[in-house]
Amino acid sequence: MNAVPLSQRIAFAAMLVLIVASPFVLYPVFLMKVLCFALFAVAFNLLIGFVGLLSFGHAAYFGMGSYVSAHAAKVWGFTPELAILSGAVVAALLGAAFGWLAIRRSGIYFAMITLALAQMVYFVCVQAPFTGGEDGIQAVPRGHLFGVVDLSSDFALYWVVAAVFLAGFLFLYRVVHSPFGQVLKAIRENEARAVSLGYRVDDYKLIAFVLSAALAGVAGGTKAIVFQLATLTDVNWPMSGEAVLMTLVGGIGTIFGPPVGALVIITMQNELATILGAWVTVVQGGIFVACVLAFRRGIVGEIQAKLGKPL
Amino acid sequence: MAGDVVLETEGLTKEFRGFVAVNDVSLRVHRGAIHALIGPNGAGKTTCFNLLTKFLEPTRGTITWQGRDITRAKPAEVARMGLVRSFQISAVFPHLTVLENVRVALQRARGSSYDFWRSERVLSRFDDRARELLADVHLSEYEAVPAGLLPYGRKRALEIATTLALEPEMLLLDEPTAGMTHEDVEHVVALIRRIRAGRTILMVEHNLSVVSGLSDTITVLTRGHVLAEGDYATVSANPEVRAAYLGSEEAA
Repeated sequence: MNAVPLSQRIAFAAMLVLIVASPFVLYPVFLMKVLCFALFAVAFNLLIGFVGLLSFGHAAYFGMGSYVSAHAAKVWGFTPELAILSGAVVAALLGAAFGWLAIRRSGIYFAMITLALAQMVYFVCVQAPFTGGEDGIQAVPRGHLFGVVDLSSDFALYWVVAAVFLAGFLFLYRVVHSPFGQVLKAIRENEARAVSLGYRVDDYKLIAFVLSAALAGVAGGTKAIVFQLATLTDVNWPMSGEAVLMTLVGGIGTIFGPPVGALVIITMQNELATILGAWVTVVQGGIFVACVLAFRRGIVGEIQAKLGKPL
Repeated sequence: MAGDVVLETEGLTKEFRGFVAVNDVSLRVHRGAIHALIGPNGAGKTTCFNLLTKFLEPTRGTITWQGRDITRAKPAEVARMGLVRSFQISAVFPHLTVLENVRVALQRARGSSYDFWRSERVLSRFDDRARELLADVHLSEYEAVPAGLLPYGRKRALEIATTLALEPEMLLLDEPTAGMTHEDVEHVVALIRRIRAGRTILMVEHNLSVVSGLSDTITVLTRGHVLAEGDYATVSANPEVRAAYLGSEEAA
């Protein structure tokens, strides 16, 4: 009864085909952006979808991942994989500290604490010398993977980004479908009951928080390598909003929802920006409202409900 | 039934902003007994219950479990010591299947709950034990159903199976028959009778017919303090109890 359902196998195969085929048709930098944000949304979804915690401060982990990776690659001369790893480690440590504080509260208070802590990180980044303030860290070298493979071409880098995304995606799939994930779902469904069964629920929430922060850091770090840039945008609160929006549009608590949401939102931002300019934000707001009012389950959530099969 | 005292409270008090919900309650629950806590609405039964299971912190007083002071213990720790509670509103994990509900409890008792890198397939080693527990409460045919879809009475049965999976020494049942049809009440009473072997049970209950048939000791609470204690005959003969509870609630 615990084998991967057919519906998810088919969806995964479809996603794999898209990832492999699309760089031959579409602009690789655009696709890499989608994949980075897809990973960011997947990381965010671990908390909101499988533990029931709404973090409104994931920009902190994404942004710190971005800054640390950019700094490591540019100043310390790290190879890209080590630069991204450094970003993930710092994001995880930050997640451990912030998570430890935030999980003491629930609901809106949890969201507000994560937001407040993330804003503190933002202000530190505005002031700290290593972030370059308003300029950010520019001209980050893409470098050579493992010191060997030259990543200066978009096409070469695309496969690395695709591999990072898939590894993160599969890792989170495993977390959700692990003995630990089973306890997370129990906590989401009925926390008091999980406590009464003897679960130290705070430990589980904290581990989930750290895993989520670390993967958000990977997403941010990868983004910094792709765009050769780390800026205040990565760490500011609208970035946290992006994660919420993408996950909501795709489908909270579904496996494939966050990547789909990331694809939809990034495509929209790219396509509409040329036509509508700043009005894109208004359109995004409209979509957000429409989602909350009309289809709360999100795109994948609705399909899942129609099919009656998990996706 | 006169086993030694397993759970004891001394001067247990809980105040909420000047309102005293539980006032100087001293309880002694004996090993192997079914002990009922009764009283009219607002008597402090549920508050008392939540104090015992550590879901609330007492303002004053002590709670001792098998000689250990658990007054400041955390609820999860108390559960790990073998003191496991149920809830008034049936507490199941609605989107997990019936089998998974029981497995979550088995998983806690038998380890591997932090393994986020392993497949959940390792949990199938708990399936046999989970099925035994489900058979005990006549839920075998529902094992693949999401727990949220069960009718109310069966949810309670599932909750009891989940609780028993922890092999608790003592069960604390919060109004196990609340909101049930007559038929379901009989079902639950029969179930409690079956599971009492080797266990101590403390239950908060409103339904007097349940209490009279089941319990060895009854403690009557009114306005936060203990009004009377004893077996059903003693307690129901007490004029104060009749006035405070029986008279006002139902003409027993």
